[in-house]
Amino acid sequence: MALFALRRLLLAIPLLIGITFVSYVVISLAPGGPLDFLTPEDPNASVEVKERLIKEFGLDQPIHVQYWQWLKRAVRLDFGRSFLPDGRPVLTKIGERLPVTLFLNLIEMAIIVGLAVPIGVLSATRQYSLYDKITTVFVFVGFATPDFWLALLLMILFGVQLGWLPISGLRSLNWEYLTFWQQQWDFFSHLILPIVVATFGGLAGFSRYMRQSMLEVVRQDYVQTARAKGLSERVVISKHALRNALLPVVTILALALPGLIGGSVIIESIFAIPGMGQLMVQSVFSRDYPVVMGNLVIVATLTLVANLVADITYGLVDPRIRFGGRRGRR
Amino acid sequence: MASRRVRGRSLPVWIGCAALVAACNGPIESGSDDGAAAGGAPAYGDTFIQASIGDIGGLIPSLTSDQSSHDVGGMIYDGLVKLDRDLTMVPSMAESWTYSPDCLELTFKLRRDVKWHDGRGFTADDVVFTYETMINPKTPAPFKEGFLLVKDVEAPDPYTVRVRYAKPYARAVETWGTYVLPKHLLQSFAEAGTLRESPQNSRPVGTGPYLFQEWKPGEKVVLVANPDYYEGRPYLSRVVYRVIPSQATIFLELKARGVDYVSSLTGIQYARQTEYPAFRKAYQKFRYPGSGYTFLGFNLKDPRFADLRVRQAFAHAINKQELIDGVRLGLAREATGPIRPGTWAHTDDVKRFAYDPEKAKALLAEAGWKDRDGDGLVEDRDGKPFTLTIRTNQGNDERKKIAELTQQRLKDVGVQADIQLIEWAAFIKEFVKPRRFEVVVLGLGTGTDPDQFVVWHSSQRGPDQMNRTGYANPEVDHLLELGRSSCVQSERVRSYHRIQQILAEDLPMIFLYTADAMPVVTARIRGVHPAPAGILHNFTEWYVPKTQQRYTSG
Repeated sequence: MALFALRRLLLAIPLLIGITFVSYVVISLAPGGPLDFLTPEDPNASVEVKERLIKEFGLDQPIHVQYWQWLKRAVRLDFGRSFLPDGRPVLTKIGERLPVTLFLNLIEMAIIVGLAVPIGVLSATRQYSLYDKITTVFVFVGFATPDFWLALLLMILFGVQLGWLPISGLRSLNWEYLTFWQQQWDFFSHLILPIVVATFGGLAGFSRYMRQSMLEVVRQDYVQTARAKGLSERVVISKHALRNALLPVVTILALALPGLIGGSVIIESIFAIPGMGQLMVQSVFSRDYPVVMGNLVIVATLTLVANLVADITYGLVDPRIRFGGRRGRR
Repeated sequence: MASRRVRGRSLPVWIGCAALVAACNGPIESGSDDGAAAGGAPAYGDTFIQASIGDIGGLIPSLTSDQSSHDVGGMIYDGLVKLDRDLTMVPSMAESWTYSPDCLELTFKLRRDVKWHDGRGFTADDVVFTYETMINPKTPAPFKEGFLLVKDVEAPDPYTVRVRYAKPYARAVETWGTYVLPKHLLQSFAEAGTLRESPQNSRPVGTGPYLFQEWKPGEKVVLVANPDYYEGRPYLSRVVYRVIPSQATIFLELKARGVDYVSSLTGIQYARQTEYPAFRKAYQKFRYPGSGYTFLGFNLKDPRFADLRVRQAFAHAINKQELIDGVRLGLAREATGPIRPGTWAHTDDVKRFAYDPEKAKALLAEAGWKDRDGDGLVEDRDGKPFTLTIRTNQGNDERKKIAELTQQRLKDVGVQADIQLIEWAAFIKEFVKPRRFEVVVLGLGTGTDPDQFVVWHSSQRGPDQMNRTGYANPEVDHLLELGRSSCVQSERVRSYHRIQQILAEDLPMIFLYTADAMPVVTARIRGVHPAPAGILHNFTEWYVPKTQQRYTSG
C-alpha cells in the first residue's frame, strides 16, 4: 500500500509540471496581455510605460523561457507578485480568499451529503413510490434551475420583500460594533442564502448517485441473504446495503476536494463574497498570469491528491480491493 | 467648495465593456424634490455606503487606470487645482496660479495650512517630487503625457511652484490637478521604482478630505472624515465602498436600502423598476447627459468608406432617434460631435444628417452603388454587392442592439451587413488596433478639456494610437495644434467650434448618442446639487440631519 502510494506520488510530479506548462502556454496565448488592462485603450498610456512593464514582468522573453523562470521560482513556493497595480504577493492574495471559500464549501458539502444520502436511500428502497417520484421531480428541478436565477429570486423574497436576511456580502458594515453573539448570527445570516442556493443545485446529482448505487446493492445476493436470515428491513438496509452503497460515494467525495477551494464564480459574484472563484475569474480577465498560475497549481495539486486519496481510501474501505490484488486497480 | 478630482486621465478614453463612467454636465433633471428643501440642519456623522462593481486596483491612483481606484483615490488625495461644479478650474491646494504672458511659465502659490494625514506639513517639495515621480521612467504610471511636456519644475520657496513649458500647452493647469504624493514617505520607493510595493499602496497617506481606514480586498474600502481637512471637516463621517461584482445584486441592495448611492442606473431600472412610491420616497434620482458618446466608426482605409458620399449615405440611413428609443429607452441625447455638450468648447451649429433612406440611396447611387440585378441590394459596376460586417465587443447589450438596428436600416438602402461580437481584448487586438474592420460600434469618453489631438490628428494613426478610423484632414490637424497651444480660452474656442463643424461634414464616424447618467442617492442625504460636473462635485458638503442618521458609529 505504502509503495503504491509512493509510486503514485512520484508520478504526480511530472503530471503537475505538464499541467502547469500547458496552462501557462494557454493563458499566454489568450488574446490580449496584462498590459492591455493596466494601460487600457487610452491615448495617455505611453508606449514607453508599456515597454518598461513588459520587461519588468519578463513578458519580452519567449514563452518557454518565461515558463522556466516561473517554474524555478514556483518550486521554491515563490509564486511572485500580482501584475495588477496593487503588486501584492500571489500567496497573500490567495491566502486572504481561501478561508471563506473553503468554509462555505465545506458546510455546503456536509449539507449535501447529509441530505442526499437519506433522499437517495429512501427513493431507492421505495422505488417508483409517490415519495420517489416527488423527490425525483424535486431534485431535477434543482438540477435544472440556474443558480443565479434562484439566487436572485431568494434575494428578492428574503432580502427585499421580507427583509429577513441580508442580500450580499459576508458581514454587516457595523460588524465591529456588535456583541460576540450578534456577530455570529450576523455572519451566519449572511451565509444562509448562498448555502441554500449552492446546496439546492448540488443536491440533485449527489442524491441520484446515491439512489442508483443503492438500487444496485439491494438487488445483490447478500442482501437477499440478509433478508433470508430474517433480519428486519431496517437492519438490512442500514447495515448490509447502505455500507456497500456508500462505496462509490467515497470516490465522488474525494474528487469533489478540488472543488472545495475552486469556489463558485456565480455564487460568489452574485452574493459579493470575496472568495477564490472571483479571484480566479478576475485574474483571468485581467490576464494576471502570476495569480492565475498560483491558483491553477493549487487546484491541480489538489486534484491529483484527491485522486490519490480516492484510490487509497477505496482500498481501505473495500476489503475486496484490499485483498483482491490480482484485479490490479489502475 | 469641495472637489471633483481632476484626473491624470482626462483625455478621451475608449470605453470598454465595463460600466460607464458617470461624470457629467449639461441640463439637469432631478427625479425628486430638492433634498435640501425638507428640514434638518447640517450635521456631522453617519456613514455613506457606495456600491462599486469592481475592487480597487491599488491605493496610489497615479499607477492605476480603473475607475474605482480613482474614485477612492480622489477622496484621499488632493491636487493643486480641481474642477468646480461648472467644470472650471479652481484652486485646491494651490491658493492661486498665474501664467507668464507668453503662456510658457506657470506659477502656483500654495496654501500654507495643508497637512498630510500623518501630520506633516505639505510643501512645494511634495509637488516637485510628484512631478519627478511621474516622469521617472521607472514609474508605471499609465497617464503621464501632461508631465512629459513640462520643461522643468522648481520650488523657489516652500510655498511656490514654478513650472516651465517648452511651448504653450493648453492643458497645463489641468495637469496639476493630479494626486500629489508625499515625498517623505515615498522618495526611496519612487527612486527604486518599487512604488507598487510601498506601504503607501496599502495604507495611503494623502491630503484629501478623507483618511484611509481599511481595505479588505474584494470586500470593501473604508474611509473616515479628515477632521483637519483644510477646507473644513466633511460632514459624512465614514464612506464605505462595497465591492459587489453583480449589477443585479447592486440593484437589489439598493432596493433593500443596503447601499446609499449608485453611480448610474440602467435604462430599465430608471424608467420602470424604480418607479414605485416607496423607492421614490427613499431615494433621489438624477438624470443628465453622461461624459461619453457612442459612435459608428468607419475604417477610412477601406476604399468604399474613403468616399464621403458613402459615409453620408450611411448617416442618412441611420435613424438616431430610433436608436435612442430602442436601445436606451429614450434616456440619451443625439450626439453631433465629439465635444461634451454644455461645455465652453461645444457647438450645436454643425451639419446634421436627417433620417432619409431615399437620400441615402441617391447618395449611394451617385457613388456607383446601384441595384443592378433587382435583388434589393446595391452593387458596384462589376456587380459586386455592398456587404460589410459591423463589429463590436461582446457583453455590451447596447452596442449589440445598435448593430442590429443599424443592420436593418442598412438593408433598407440595399447594404448587406453582418454582425460580429468579439470579446473585448481580442476585439481591440485583432480588429481595432490593426484596423482590420469595416464598421465598428464603440464608445469614447470625453474629457473635461476639449483637446482631442490624439483622436483626430493625422500623426496619431499608428497601431498603438487613438486615431482608429485613420482620419486625416490638414485643416483639422492645424486647428488641433492651434487649440492645444494656447492658454487663452477665447482663442481656443474658435478652433474647437470649427473642428466640430468639419467633423460633422467629414463623418469619419457617425456620432450616435450621449447616454444619460442616472445616479441615485438616498433621500436622507441633503445638499446634493446636480451640476454640469455631475453630483459628486460637492461631496464634502453632503450631510444627513441628526435625526435621520442611520449609522451612529464614527
